[in-house]
Amino acid sequence: MLITPLIEEKAELTDGGLAPEPIVLSTRIRLARNLANEAFPGWADTPQRESVMERCFEKLTPLNALQDGVFLQISDLTDLEKQVLVERRLVSRELIESKDGAGVLIAPSQGLAIMINEEDHLRIQGLHSGFNFLRTWDEVDALDSKIEDCLDYAFSDDYGYLTACPTNVGTGLRASAMLHLPGLVMRGHMEKVVRMVNQLGLAVRGSLGEGSEATGSIFQISNQQTLGESEQQILKRLINILHAIIQQENNARGVMLEKQPEVIFDKIGRAFGILQQGHLISSQEAINLLSLLRLGVDIGMLPEEKRAKIDRMTMEVQPGHVQCTENADIEPEERDKLRSSRLREQFATFPELDFNNIQWIPNPQTDTEHGTNE
Amino acid sequence: MAKPEQCSNCNKPATIHLTQIIDNKIHKVDLCEDCPYKQSVTDPEGFSLADFLIKDPSSIGGESSVKCEVCGFTPADFKKTGRFGCPHCYESFKATLEPMLSNMHKGTVHRGKVPEKALARLSKKRRLDQFEEDLREAIESENFEEAARIRDLLAEAKDSIKKA
Repeated sequence: MLITPLIEEKAELTDGGLAPEPIVLSTRIRLARNLANEAFPGWADTPQRESVMERCFEKLTPLNALQDGVFLQISDLTDLEKQVLVERRLVSRELIESKDGAGVLIAPSQGLAIMINEEDHLRIQGLHSGFNFLRTWDEVDALDSKIEDCLDYAFSDDYGYLTACPTNVGTGLRASAMLHLPGLVMRGHMEKVVRMVNQLGLAVRGSLGEGSEATGSIFQISNQQTLGESEQQILKRLINILHAIIQQENNARGVMLEKQPEVIFDKIGRAFGILQQGHLISSQEAINLLSLLRLGVDIGMLPEEKRAKIDRMTMEVQPGHVQCTENADIEPEERDKLRSSRLREQFATFPELDFNNIQWIPNPQTDTEHGTNE
Repeated sequence: MAKPEQCSNCNKPATIHLTQIIDNKIHKVDLCEDCPYKQSVTDPEGFSLADFLIKDPSSIGGESSVKCEVCGFTPADFKKTGRFGCPHCYESFKATLEPMLSNMHKGTVHRGKVPEKALARLSKKRRLDQFEEDLREAIESENFEEAARIRDLLAEAKDSIKKA
């Protein structure tokens, strides 16, 4: 398969990147960029799209940041390969569903990737595990400047970087963090948090339906506004709000552990039992169970070094990944069997849960130089 | 005037009332609290105020007959896709883009990173503006010798921009 090197590589979101940490699962920054004097991908015809893609491949593949990377045309990929790339967050659904002349360039660490002819000609993405906006920004900014040396960007003195959709114009910057918020979900506070965050001009995504539990209590929070502020100001505002949410999550966990520790112990204990002994586990159930185990690491029930494996499994229980490991299209029920047998294998070697050594104040988060006045 | 009581999107009572004036035409949207909230959570693209405000395609570009002279894009196309056709569309639909941008963003002027090539162009353009102002002043003060000198500098600067 064309994507085999990506799966075998220890990647940023599995266990090859920065050390994982509580609450903030990952940090992502993407820049939307377009070539001057070319129709945007959605309006361009196939020959125009293909010529833009060829030009981008020719100019971008020699860049140092992408050395030894993987360069793929979407039309060359099977449906399964496309799905795996989406699950790894290296490409968007929109890209894999797009017309001819779409592609992606991926650095070996998978910490940098460039989509070609998605909504914009270029979507430059930087991705790191943990709370690492400043580092991610530096890397994306540097790659963007290198690209600017070899391609002419559509830029207006008034509106900044011109994008297909006016919601991205200006900096073209979308910064987001994936947050693990089981405390706020269990306490029923998520709806309030979503409301607050929306009022502050940020977007919350997740499978939250009217206050119900999102898969794995995982939410993505990102800026919405891209014009009228510098990149640094946008990031600072987002980071400040994230710090406030992290504090709320810590409070919620503290209250739960103080008032009803047995509720949390029971949930984590059951999750561990099912992961070790289950025989038919769907991907959604697996993600929910792994989320509880991650909480178990946060509060000291499992050793810290188990966190990376839990994160890796969270990636690999997804349907595309399960099929990719077997290199075949597999029916959902068969997948549930394969998934649970893999999970049993992985969790057989885990130590017993430690219910007597609970510590719920996690290590301080990084990116504190932009922190609030906590 | 009494506020309409129903959300434009569902039948719940409306508590959010937005008014936008484009080319002296008033556009109003009334929403309940839940609609933008639901959308921001379930819609992968997030809540877009523009979707609610741009009910009428002719509200962009003034008339629906306006076209981008570079790519042929029309306001109706924008209504359909929510996206522009090419970078030049930002100039073609400038007049009605600004109120939309001020609704969506913190401001309507870019304050972030500037690519180096554009920076050079920007500083040349600023220099040009300065020359033009100096020239006007020299003529007003009847300092024609100075005016001739600035006129030559201006011509030179314009020439170099053209070549670039």
